[in-house]
Amino acid sequence: MTGGWYEPGTSPLHRAPAGVKLLVLLALAATVLVLHSPFLLGGVCAVIALGYASARVTPRRCLRLAVTLTLLVAFVFTIQGLLLGPAAALTICLRLVAAFSAAELFTVTTRVDAVVDTVENALRPLRRFGVRPDRVGLTVGLTLQAIAALTTIAAEVRQAAIARNAAFSVKALVVPFLIRTLRHSDELGQALAVRGDDDRP
Amino acid sequence: MSDSRSLSPADLATTVVFAAFIAVLGLFPGINAGSSGVPIVLQNVGPILAACLLGARRGTAATALFLALTAIGLPLLSGGRGGIAPFFGPGGGFLLGWLLSALVAGLVVARLKRRTLPVLLLAGVAGAAADYLVGVPFLGLYTEDLWSAAVQSLVYVPGDAIKVAGAAVVAATVHRALPNRMAGAAT
Repeated sequence: MTGGWYEPGTSPLHRAPAGVKLLVLLALAATVLVLHSPFLLGGVCAVIALGYASARVTPRRCLRLAVTLTLLVAFVFTIQGLLLGPAAALTICLRLVAAFSAAELFTVTTRVDAVVDTVENALRPLRRFGVRPDRVGLTVGLTLQAIAALTTIAAEVRQAAIARNAAFSVKALVVPFLIRTLRHSDELGQALAVRGDDDRP
Repeated sequence: MSDSRSLSPADLATTVVFAAFIAVLGLFPGINAGSSGVPIVLQNVGPILAACLLGARRGTAATALFLALTAIGLPLLSGGRGGIAPFFGPGGGFLLGWLLSALVAGLVVARLKRRTLPVLLLAGVAGAAADYLVGVPFLGLYTEDLWSAAVQSLVYVPGDAIKVAGAAVVAATVHRALPNRMAGAAT
């Protein structure tokens, strides 16, 4: 679960600071939304494709992205083509492809802990308002542990529902799952209180 | 990310566990709605359910934590999607709208002070509507036409209606099983 979508590499894009990449991504998304010309938008897409090439993203990964984008574009183009005409639909789809693939490139080339570090740094000025940047890592770790615990609970609840011939009843699945989830959060809360996490400087 | 002055260990624990709850909802397979072929994904009732059980403050915090973890690259969204791309896609507004969803649903429950099925149903409908309030204009940015964005979004309304009804029944049952869960939760 902890690996996420990151793909290791040594390209310049992999080595660029996460904060810079994030700012570039935001700027790019804003630019794409004000551009109208299909040629300029196509140019932006071509630059992003060069980015994929320079980061040596695996073909398997590119294929997955291509499948996702094809489905998305087919859906959006059909509906927007009917509503607004093919020219507008083309612009919308190019924007979509550009923004989506650029964001995906960021995720593929940036480690999760690099993003966490960036967020911690960015939140540092907010410290005087009571925000605790050093807690970010702890919170991420606790959530990942909780996901593992809840996945186990979900599997057990499903087994119990199957044993009662209620495998397809949403109520027989979700209600016990939620009750055990609430209990789990009570236990975690007690554990955190005992650990005295709240009193740490 | 977390305000330590207002967040007790118990609050931190509920926030973390319910962020994980929304993530785990993404693991349940989608259910096909009749012959329409549009799969119903359970995950987007997560914020509403969390708010109906925990109140607006902790429900919204759990949703924010879930979205933040997704954005930094964990594949927690339904179908194993993750990273920042989904937020920039045409459906990005519907994801960000989960925050308003949780806030509105939680406030309705807190305001009406009762945990009966009609109250929870109202909270769920208001929460889902709040999601459209963010999602449709965001989609409109892409299409530059609010009307066509609204028409395109109609596809999701029947599925969401079923899910909200289910969530209200589930929340009512859980509240009956564990009464006074929200006592002590200021809004």
